[in-house]
Amino acid sequence: MNKSRMSRRDFLKSAGALAAVSCLPVSMVELAFADSRKNFSFAHISDSHIQHISGTKFVRNWDRGLIRAVAETNLLVPKPDFVVFGGDLAQLGKKEELDHGAEMLSKLDYNKVYCVMGEHDYYLDLGDYWSKLYGPHYYSWDHKGVHFVTLNSVITYDKWTYERWPTAMQRMVEMAGLDNPNGSPFMVGEKQRDWLRKDLEKVKKDTPIVVFSHSPIQKIYKGWNFWTEDADEVQALLKPFNDVNVIYGHVHQVQYNQIGNISFQSVMATAWPWPYPETYAQAESHLPKLTVPMNRADPFFERDATGWQVINVETGRAAIKYNLYNNTNRTVAFNPKTGHPEDIAFQNPARRIPPQTHY
Amino acid sequence: MFGKLAGAAFVLVVLMLTLGEFMVRADEFTEEDLKRWQDEYMSVVNKGRALWVSPDLGTNGVACAQCHPNAANTHPETYPKFQKQLGRVIALRDMINWCIQNPLEGKTLGLDDPRMIAIEAYIAHERKGVEMAPGKH
Repeated sequence: MNKSRMSRRDFLKSAGALAAVSCLPVSMVELAFADSRKNFSFAHISDSHIQHISGTKFVRNWDRGLIRAVAETNLLVPKPDFVVFGGDLAQLGKKEELDHGAEMLSKLDYNKVYCVMGEHDYYLDLGDYWSKLYGPHYYSWDHKGVHFVTLNSVITYDKWTYERWPTAMQRMVEMAGLDNPNGSPFMVGEKQRDWLRKDLEKVKKDTPIVVFSHSPIQKIYKGWNFWTEDADEVQALLKPFNDVNVIYGHVHQVQYNQIGNISFQSVMATAWPWPYPETYAQAESHLPKLTVPMNRADPFFERDATGWQVINVETGRAAIKYNLYNNTNRTVAFNPKTGHPEDIAFQNPARRIPPQTHY
Repeated sequence: MFGKLAGAAFVLVVLMLTLGEFMVRADEFTEEDLKRWQDEYMSVVNKGRALWVSPDLGTNGVACAQCHPNAANTHPETYPKFQKQLGRVIALRDMINWCIQNPLEGKTLGLDDPRMIAIEAYIAHERKGVEMAPGKH
């Protein structure tokens, strides 16, 4: 422990505050290289679903999730380089919700917060007000040798978006219901794929790539939009690169997968957990076989099944440490021998514990 | 002895068959009846679904479906069971009321409230085909 860490610890007056730091619902992402001087980290917070009731009233439960994540992100030592917010800041895309969420995010003691568009932010005004707060819907940047890309992966067919619904609010509500059969599949879309193709032309093939999206950029379960309709086309654009990491929100649960050279990892929500799709008895789904599920959530702890992750990308590959409320912590690391992410404690079926069985 | 009993049974059967001609038979029903009963059931299931996605069960706009899409993770087949957080064996409707009171910040429903029955019907409908497993955690 270095001196600055000790002094920070001294600053935390109670053991309770320390305990809070060890279970915060943000993703702390560390990119580690063979040359450790290049290492850096960033924090990732996602899916806060700030929900307006009326006037100045918001759903307390979801507020607490984001407030806690922000407060604890500010306590991270060593301090990450920046913060990513993974989408669904709002519940129904309302100005009140985005403003209230932005106010909470403004408490982040960081120079830069990169935001991802979620469907709950988008379908009221198609991201207009969100853009006033956070800028373009998709963009890229470079940081310490890594190329970062943020996609808006929650758009859908024009006919659904522009023709089907009599009001913008109805469109929003129809898309907000995860299990609503009137919804429509998410996609990145042709225009954005063209942009991505051009953006990646200037990037060397051995540059590590980190893609942030809201939906998974893979096909897991269409019924709940754990799905990206043009996932195959997006994956094809990422295929030429040696080390690609896709980090996504939306699913409110631990998922990881490997498709070719692309590692996929989800982050936790600050609001509430979602069931694994295979627990819906009436439909087939395709949770990546690699994934050892998170523990079943205890509803009596309202922050349970949210958590924070440290993602360490050694030689461009990701290792995630999930720190979960009221639950056993998890570490999912890329294993170069098998060529995919594995849970370092639980991947072997003989090591799994009863709460990981979802039904 | 056996012959006497068999004889009595035979007389009884004949008597029932004969009398049956003149009686309304409650144990016969038609395809139309079956359809009507299924429709009645589905109308309650559909009411349950409407409540499931409705902000009106609670006071804060939160709906059941926000955490339980398609009523997943409700495990109706495991009730009654020992609900470890409450320290006693409860029925599914007790857990429904817990959710209405806590995440939805609403008032509990009476256990015979038609809305409670509709919610139970919807949960069971989404879970049909899953084996009964009372007590399972």
